Amino acid sequence: MTTETASKPAVKKVGMIQALNMALHEAMSKDDSVIVIGEDVADPEEGGIVGVTKGLSTAYGDLRCRSTPISEQAIVGAAIGAAIMGMKPIAEIMLMNFTTVAMDMIVNHAAKLRFMSGGQTNVPLVIRTATGAGLSVGGQHADYYEAWFAHTPGIKVVMASTPADAYGLLLSAIDDPDPVIFVENTLLYFTQGEPPEPGKRIPLGLAKVVKPGSDVTLVCYGSHVAPSLAAAGKLEADGISVEVIDLRTISPWDKKTVLASVAKTGRAVITHEAVKPFGVGAEISSVIHEELFDQLKGPVQRVGAPYCPVPYSKPLEVAFMQGADAIEAAVRKTLQARAVA
Amino acid sequence: MNSAPTPDRAILVDMYRKMTTIKQNDEKSRAIILSGKIPMVYYSPRGQECIPAAVSVNLTPEDNICTIYRGTHDMIAKGVPLKDLWAELAGRATGTCKGKGGPMHITHPASGVLVTTGIVGSSLPIANGVALASQIRGDKRVAVAYFGDAASNIGAFHEALNMAAVWKLPVIFVCQNNLYGEHTKYEKTTAARQIADRGAAYSMPGIRVDGNDPIAMYNVAKTAIDRARAGEGPTLIEAMTFRFYGHVFGDADKYMDPGEKKAAMAADPVPRYRQWLIDNGHITAGELETMEQQIDAELTEAIEAAIAAPWPEVSELRKDVFAEEIAA
Repeated sequence: MTTETASKPAVKKVGMIQALNMALHEAMSKDDSVIVIGEDVADPEEGGIVGVTKGLSTAYGDLRCRSTPISEQAIVGAAIGAAIMGMKPIAEIMLMNFTTVAMDMIVNHAAKLRFMSGGQTNVPLVIRTATGAGLSVGGQHADYYEAWFAHTPGIKVVMASTPADAYGLLLSAIDDPDPVIFVENTLLYFTQGEPPEPGKRIPLGLAKVVKPGSDVTLVCYGSHVAPSLAAAGKLEADGISVEVIDLRTISPWDKKTVLASVAKTGRAVITHEAVKPFGVGAEISSVIHEELFDQLKGPVQRVGAPYCPVPYSKPLEVAFMQGADAIEAAVRKTLQARAVA
Repeated sequence: MNSAPTPDRAILVDMYRKMTTIKQNDEKSRAIILSGKIPMVYYSPRGQECIPAAVSVNLTPEDNICTIYRGTHDMIAKGVPLKDLWAELAGRATGTCKGKGGPMHITHPASGVLVTTGIVGSSLPIANGVALASQIRGDKRVAVAYFGDAASNIGAFHEALNMAAVWKLPVIFVCQNNLYGEHTKYEKTTAARQIADRGAAYSMPGIRVDGNDPIAMYNVAKTAIDRARAGEGPTLIEAMTFRFYGHVFGDADKYMDPGEKKAAMAADPVPRYRQWLIDNGHITAGELETMEQQIDAELTEAIEAAIAAPWPEVSELRKDVFAEEIAA
């Protein structure tokens, strides 16, 4: 194995920030209606706090890529209005906690205008936003609200776990005729992966089986894909075969792939970084029970953060963040449990 | 009605046509609600007819507006077909929005009504975006955001005015100041002496005008719209007016000084303008009667058609959530 890889020419890895930037360049260079607005996104302001939008204002002009005031309602409102007029705006809301300031625009307007207008208007808008615990930023810079948005009819929610997926999913989000919340994980910004194929879209609503297996289905997304794979690897050593599914799109989620897998394995665990109660895991678990109750070999397990705000102090933050150990324990629990015959 | 200059006769008559259509539409709305034939939540714009009439005669069919739940006057003035409007109010499949929006969410892009919001202040940030698209494309269209006086106390107003000014967007902010935010009087809620003053905070013209004076309103709107179209940036207009039927139709008005309301109704802008048109020889009483009868007939037909129209299919619940229909 080592000899074979060594003989191949080294593939240049691509970082998450670079992949996102490549997708934005791809979209803006091909379609004049794609615009980018948000705090600090233009080059004089350094192309975003981590540089995802670097080079866009220089390449496509400051009409199409502009830094905004710190006014989240005005940012999303402007993106909605431009989207109704046929533009394809990408609004950057720096951190997911800041989307709360624009909730009226997102929930009452972006999500509902197509329905309330009887299909006369649509809002082909992407809101890029970053979040995630692990950087000791405390309670207002690291929350996950994907369950809030998934609970709002009319919004799609996407979370990528690798640079290539981020590239392909962001392009699909930009193409999509409906509003998409595109969630980026702050720790994953600093990861690398296989380079994306130029222009290649990954369809929204399609999960990916990242590791096939036969004993337990493990559903994850975003920052929990890597620890899920780590847990699966460890369990494999004990002869437990785990099928790992990266949802990639949270809403609408790929029921078909998940249910087909659980029908095969009879056991399921759902894991996410967001707090466990009322989370995405609860919805998926419910659907599994509704659809496959007779085929389950044990109750579905969930992994999520404890019910508290993201803490600051390092030992607290470490305890808050559920990783490979928690996921592994949840998988083992599904194997111990026996369904009532 | 003493402000110069006076627009052409055709514009003067068009403004009246819009104003009387709104007035008659309001009368029919209140009657049909009381009859029980079309039960709907209704925020009467009676008394505020002149403002959108004077704004709309300065707009092209390609210009757009974003308005609010008290907005039937804005929609009618911009040209939403009465038949489509009434079918929507009645919740019918033939309505502007297939019955899925209702009175607070009338949308009719074909006549330039892009958004009607039920959330105070939310018309402004979205109108900015509509104007942003025009600015990027250089298509010379303008966007109007209508809102009430109370909306000037919500954050969205301030964020939107600031962004519009910084970006010099082709947008006109038209505040219809009817002196009450829901049940509470202006002075109790608003620190600004007048809302027009708030324009200065965002380096844009802030103009207060008698919104019940068609000529004055016309001239202020024209200046602001011309300025936006020329790329010179936004204007805040504070159009002074009064609502005759409270916040929501059916409220008891007990928060209102009866004398204040009586005086406002005595100065009803619609008959006042009607008389002015006749007195100044722009049109005869006979011609106006014919016009009013035609409008009455058109409204009656629209309402009857709405009541006779089919309800939407339940399958509509799965449509227009996303572009792609949701599986049953």
